Amino acid sequence: MSDTVVMSAHPPVTDWVHDFDHTDPRWTEDPFPIWDQLRAECPVVHTDRFLGCYLPTTYEAVKQIAHDTEHFSSRRVVVRDVRPEQVGNAPPITSDPPEHKPAKQLLLPPFTPDAMKKLEPRVRAICNELIDDFIAEGKCDAAARYTKHIPVRAIAHMLGIPEKDSDLFIRWIHEILELGIKDNEIFLRGIREMGEYFVGHIEERKRHPTDDLISTLMNAKGKDGQPLSDEHVQGSLRLLLIAGIDTTWSAIGSSLWHLAKTPADRERLVAEPTLMPSAVEELLRAYSPVTMAREVMKETVISGCPVKPGNMVLLSFPAANRDPAVFPDADKVLIDRKENRHAAFGLGIHRCVGSNLARMEMTVALEEWLKRIPDFRLDPAGQVKWSEGTVRGPRQLPMLFARPG
Amino acid sequence: MAGKLKIHVDQDKCQGHARCKSLAPELFDLDEYGNAHEHGDGTVPAGLEDKAWLAQTNCPEIAIEVTEE
Repeated sequence: MSDTVVMSAHPPVTDWVHDFDHTDPRWTEDPFPIWDQLRAECPVVHTDRFLGCYLPTTYEAVKQIAHDTEHFSSRRVVVRDVRPEQVGNAPPITSDPPEHKPAKQLLLPPFTPDAMKKLEPRVRAICNELIDDFIAEGKCDAAARYTKHIPVRAIAHMLGIPEKDSDLFIRWIHEILELGIKDNEIFLRGIREMGEYFVGHIEERKRHPTDDLISTLMNAKGKDGQPLSDEHVQGSLRLLLIAGIDTTWSAIGSSLWHLAKTPADRERLVAEPTLMPSAVEELLRAYSPVTMAREVMKETVISGCPVKPGNMVLLSFPAANRDPAVFPDADKVLIDRKENRHAAFGLGIHRCVGSNLARMEMTVALEEWLKRIPDFRLDPAGQVKWSEGTVRGPRQLPMLFARPG
Repeated sequence: MAGKLKIHVDQDKCQGHARCKSLAPELFDLDEYGNAHEHGDGTVPAGLEDKAWLAQTNCPEIAIEVTEE
């Protein structure tokens, strides 16, 4: 249904240095040469599109901005065509100091590596249920039938909401993060429907408390010692759902895409499973899915470039992770890379709260796929399609593989 | 032969990426928020020096100090 929506068209980019656009089809298809070109030109470029927006492309500039909460606010974390009054706050991702820290500390304990170990068996089971469903066919769209479903079911399991509602969550996220860049009505509808959904679950738990993450948030105390408002609980739930789904879905998809077209890496990973941790980090670096945003609040200088209020910043951790000044052979995927300070989960106080969850899901999804489908390739009869905008990953990923004997 | 290594996690810099815990579980502990602390007094047992450096060079926040005593 949403595919029929007519987007307000952006003119094609002819001058990336002065007029970049992260929704241009060429960026969506292959952003890496664009970032390399811009990085060689200037560490921070600007466009008049999106009501004015900067793009840092070096690791150093991205790091400076991520660490600078005095000049840059997180109140808007998606670069869009419009900047209406804020709706859909999602603390702590949309919070600045001093509100940020207490809001984040509430969410950290459920996402530690130890907590993720407890969830791991359920994620392994989800992966195998999905593979069972298509393996006999010898081919599949790995995005539609595998990567898409893993994070959404895992987060639903954690929150204590039905895994079968996954398609609903996926639709809202598509509306909020992709279509919403250019269509505010669709954005607002997604936010509203998601809010109504969570109100129902919050009310239900007021009558019948549970031991899931929704109840944990409802029972948490804010810094004033009082329980969180329903609005805060809703906002954090919105964050967990929005941030926890298409991000990791994208990371798993890009990883499978890489392994499908790179037999040497695939065979090595099958032969040497102990390489999985460094491979996961390298795939996160090379194909970082998440680009964040900041809003310039006060004039400052970043890597020698003046930055002025009234503009947004497209905070491209993916571009930072391809900076050859920090990563030797930045454009090569080296699954045994030893030194890898990649910023796929952000830098500074807004480090992704779900990074341990994402790493576990990626690891498990790749391990289970490789165990059962060690030999696979892209289906030449199909076409790989990438998502547009803030989160990058394959949304269509046709694969061919041997049927089990 | 170099002297003993000692590690320290700067609490103002650590953001809980947990890369150190994953690479060198013997040398780091995580608190309830997932932020890292050096295990014990931070002395690196013999044989684990490479892991200490590996953790240091993979910390995205450059929060780990390694010193030779």
